[in-house]
Amino acid sequence: MTATAAPARPAGPARSDDVRISTMSRRRRVRDRLASVLMVVAFGVAVVPLGFVIVNVAQQGLKVMSPGLLTRTIPPDTSSNDLSNDTIAKYGGTASTTETTAALGIGPAIVGTALTTLGASALAIPLGILGAIYLHEYGRRRRLARFVRFMTDVMVGVPSVVMGVFVYAIWVVPRGVGGRSALAASFALGCLMLPIVVRSTEEMLRLVPDTLREASAALGIRTWRTTVTVVLPAAAPGIVSGSMLAVARAAGETAPVLFTIGAAYRYNWGLSGGNTSLSLFIYNQASLTGATSLRLAWAAALTLITIVVVVTLIARTISTRATTLH
Amino acid sequence: MTTSTERLDDITAPGRGGRADSAFRSLALVAGLSVLAILALIAVTTTQQGWRAFTVLGGRYWFGATWNPQAGRFGILPLVYGTFLVATIAVVAAVPVSLGIALFSTEVCPRRLRTVTVTVIDVLAAVPSVVFGLWGFRVLAPRIRGVYAAIHGALGSVPGLGRLFGTSSGRSFMTAGLVVGLMITPIVTAVTREVFATVPRNDKEGALALGATRWEMIRGVVFPHSTGGISGAVMLGLGRALGETIAVVLLVGANPRFGANLFGTGETMPAQIARQLNEAGPLFRSALVGLGVVLFIVTIAVNSSARALVTFIDRRTRGAT
Repeated sequence: MTATAAPARPAGPARSDDVRISTMSRRRRVRDRLASVLMVVAFGVAVVPLGFVIVNVAQQGLKVMSPGLLTRTIPPDTSSNDLSNDTIAKYGGTASTTETTAALGIGPAIVGTALTTLGASALAIPLGILGAIYLHEYGRRRRLARFVRFMTDVMVGVPSVVMGVFVYAIWVVPRGVGGRSALAASFALGCLMLPIVVRSTEEMLRLVPDTLREASAALGIRTWRTTVTVVLPAAAPGIVSGSMLAVARAAGETAPVLFTIGAAYRYNWGLSGGNTSLSLFIYNQASLTGATSLRLAWAAALTLITIVVVVTLIARTISTRATTLH
Repeated sequence: MTTSTERLDDITAPGRGGRADSAFRSLALVAGLSVLAILALIAVTTTQQGWRAFTVLGGRYWFGATWNPQAGRFGILPLVYGTFLVATIAVVAAVPVSLGIALFSTEVCPRRLRTVTVTVIDVLAAVPSVVFGLWGFRVLAPRIRGVYAAIHGALGSVPGLGRLFGTSSGRSFMTAGLVVGLMITPIVTAVTREVFATVPRNDKEGALALGATRWEMIRGVVFPHSTGGISGAVMLGLGRALGETIAVVLLVGANPRFGANLFGTGETMPAQIARQLNEAGPLFRSALVGLGVVLFIVTIAVNSSARALVTFIDRRTRGAT
């Protein structure tokens, strides 16, 4: 790219280096260098803490990580430093094991995260794709469509805790304690995902060339069939990647789940009844004191970060492929 | 673009199968309107639940300077103060860094590394808030105390300024603000990067051809062209920072107060909601939901103006080409 190349040097009898020195003051060159160095430093300022977060989580998490940990149920009293042998025996370890980690587990939290994100996806992804179809295939530049688009952008910025408070107010309060469930948490996470899915899908629909739509229309195909059989397949990779990013975002969120999901130590595969999620579990354990809860928190953090980062990276790969295709 | 849609509409209007088409159209319309419906529902239900606090407490709620639920004092001002203080620290920390990263990846960085930098920032955006909270709480806060103590030692005795840098236990406005700043860096970076990408290449090359150094080109061409977009990005970052919850809960210290000491503990609106809503009695609950309403209104105002700025700039640059 020519824009990033060094300034063009006037041709002259002397060597180009000499010309440069004579035409550009030392101060200007130093400033230019300094600016570039500061940009690299800025990148470092963001990357170094990120590196620390990932390394610390991996280090602490791997100390307790094991296949058993991912499947065992959560010990009910994690704030004590040493679980009694009885508790160990009760929750899967053998009484002779002195290692307390033998009884630790985060399985129900993983199931809860999976359930709530699946529920939220089932609500938000179809609705979001349809909404995007309205915006781009029907509404386009009409006033209503522009308003919906604007409000969708605004909704992306509504804090996740407000979604939690909203579902708490509309769903949990009228139903009492029983209202807290994976379903309620799915509503909250779905509200969070919906605008993200709408906007990313619309961006992808925009990338589909209008010539495809016109060709289909020229064959006498109705708009809805054109949309379903021509436009959506053409935009599919981008839509999938956008939805996956929304899923990753929802899986990592704690605040919408906090007031809506209740609590659970055992597996709960159903949408009703109290449940838990990895993010909420980390939050709960982090607020407790004691070595056991801290260990569990790090292990759950490692699990969650792995899930979220892997989903994000897969989504990125799909989307870069999709956009280079067009 | 508009002519092609009109043509499509003309073809689909009459004849058989039009019913399926209009059904699909209404379905899509309903889905589009659901966004508006949900936003309206959020506004209505939260206001309803918060109404009790608004009416029972009245001015003591909106203008009260003490938030002490045990004593029945629900003045939101210390929480509003804390929220804006943490968000301001976050924005002040994040904006220069984000501008630097955006410039680095659009102007300085070699092409091949560009995708790498973008991916790294994506990963930063993907790290869940609660993980930042856990890390900040267990790793950062105990270690940053030493830094705070050193700054306190150096500046604490300076009159006026010293009040900002008091003693610290690790959890503080500053710790929360810095971590939230790290969390909003990706969004601010992404938006500014897009803004920088709209700077006409001719202008940039013209500046370079006139003998400007890269930095002079950035200052003379890129920045003037991007002021509106950058302010939009800053507002978006501010909106995110105001609503950030879980990391702040773990890092700010649960102490609703006014205070100049940036290294002291405090509390924010979202953090107070997250901490208390599950256990609150009726009036307290109403007061907390009311905080949600305040947060909703504030973030909508901030985000609308951010969007308006960005689209305004969009239109202007599109008009130029």
